Amino acid sequence: MTLDRISDFPILAPGADGKRLVYLDNGATTQKPRQVLNAVLRYYETENANPHRGVYDLAMRATDAHENARAAVARFLHAEDDEIIFTQNASEALNLVAQSWGRAFVGEGDEILIYVAEHHSNLVPWQRIAAERGAVLRYMYPNTEGRLTEAEIAEKITPRTKVVCAAQVSNVLGLEIPVKALTEQAHAVGAVVVLDIAQSVAHLPIDLKALDVDFAALSGHKIYAPMGVGALYGKHELLEKMPPFLSGGDMINQVHEQRTTYAEAPRKFEAGTRNVGGEVGLAAAIDYVNQIGWDAIMAHESALIERAVAGMAALPYVTVYGAASAAGRHGVLSFNIEDVHPHDVATILDSAGVCIRAGHHCAQPLMEHLGIGSCCRASFALYNTAGDVDALLDGLKQVREVMGLGS
Amino acid sequence: MDLKTLYNQIITENSRSRRNRHPVEGATHTLEGVNPSCGDDITLQLRVVDGVVEDAGFTGNGCAISQASASLMIDDILGKPIEEARRLIGLFLGMVKGTVRPDEIDDLEDAAALQGIAHTPARTKCAVLAWHTLEEALSGKTES
Repeated sequence: MTLDRISDFPILAPGADGKRLVYLDNGATTQKPRQVLNAVLRYYETENANPHRGVYDLAMRATDAHENARAAVARFLHAEDDEIIFTQNASEALNLVAQSWGRAFVGEGDEILIYVAEHHSNLVPWQRIAAERGAVLRYMYPNTEGRLTEAEIAEKITPRTKVVCAAQVSNVLGLEIPVKALTEQAHAVGAVVVLDIAQSVAHLPIDLKALDVDFAALSGHKIYAPMGVGALYGKHELLEKMPPFLSGGDMINQVHEQRTTYAEAPRKFEAGTRNVGGEVGLAAAIDYVNQIGWDAIMAHESALIERAVAGMAALPYVTVYGAASAAGRHGVLSFNIEDVHPHDVATILDSAGVCIRAGHHCAQPLMEHLGIGSCCRASFALYNTAGDVDALLDGLKQVREVMGLGS
Repeated sequence: MDLKTLYNQIITENSRSRRNRHPVEGATHTLEGVNPSCGDDITLQLRVVDGVVEDAGFTGNGCAISQASASLMIDDILGKPIEEARRLIGLFLGMVKGTVRPDEIDDLEDAAALQGIAHTPARTKCAVLAWHTLEEALSGKTES
């Protein structure tokens, strides 16, 4: 099945020279469709006021926009409305969990179990909590195919495990982990699971109730929404027991000179004026994805990945990280070219109008585990085309020659 | 961007050259230079005796631009007084920023082959890593 939605994305329109951008850095951020841009514009043109404060009609409409966006995120992830907290991004959401839940409930000698493929945002906050609370950091590792196995999970979870941190899809390996097995084994020892869905959320349907995770974090900008808005899901009974994260306006019940009572979750965790325009954009992005439908998106993206994997397999100087098959891969393909540094690959592709990411991808412990300093990453979205994949492969064929290594 | 200007033969060959890629015996200066955003990582060592760079070498890894730049820089400063090394650092950084005249960069010899980087802002930090590390090492810095 082929999707053709490129005309929804103004930034991907052909330039004066008739060429259009081949944007394959969707794992870093996605481009925004007109439907999302228009929704944000419409909010600021017709509904902008400070939610939860004014009693006038416009403020009520802004409050509705804010709460309707929350409901849209909740429905999208199969959560309850009051289990969704708006944040700036996934990093802020994960810091909220570490600083609020972690500081209150992680104690000396407790084990914090992290998948080594984690983005720094689900790793560094936990290193800080471990140092502060005297907890122990332990790691799970992928097998030689780049997959986290149930056996590895079973081996690393112990009666001392307090929290397990993992991304549903690694932003480098692109492979889905067995989340259900992870939550079952974590819950069996009373640990909570903090799932990073920043990379997965644009590529597969997510049912947080079925996965039974305790927390989940996403960034809107990786699913066609504006930058500066993200969300944290937390199970209601956990959120209730957690102390506030940031404090100030709108997160209180009553404030006196010497003491304060706090609002109920989720407002307890939403201090200060929120990015309502961004939230409206996130709701519009969710609508956009829902209207296209997961079956069409997944079939299309999987065909692109298969084409890229097959094309790279034919180039003997390309090493792909993680399973060399397209199965279980979502949106991301990381690789290196023999004897060429990833930054040089990215510069050479850029000269052909192809945008890829090169570097450590905010996953340095994974780079160390793989024994590489950095790698190239091509990442796909619903608007990419078979032509984009071919432009990538054509560019890769030039790289070694440009570097004076022959072909 | 013209790839042939950026990745000319001097750069591609020097990026793989082993000539200056070695530890320095009796080093008086050792400093690691890192680009945190991309992972270029070099350790520069110098043996300065009576104000002259007697020996210099680097180890580490990074992109072709950062590695060629480190090697060509060492070619430039070997056997030179440190005042001259400082003057060359100024020239190189000026070349990358596009603030020195074309005839001034002749003193950089083969390192002048990196002048194409002035038109590639995304890669400037790769080209200047070794030179900034040298500048800091000569100022007495010992930890990155």
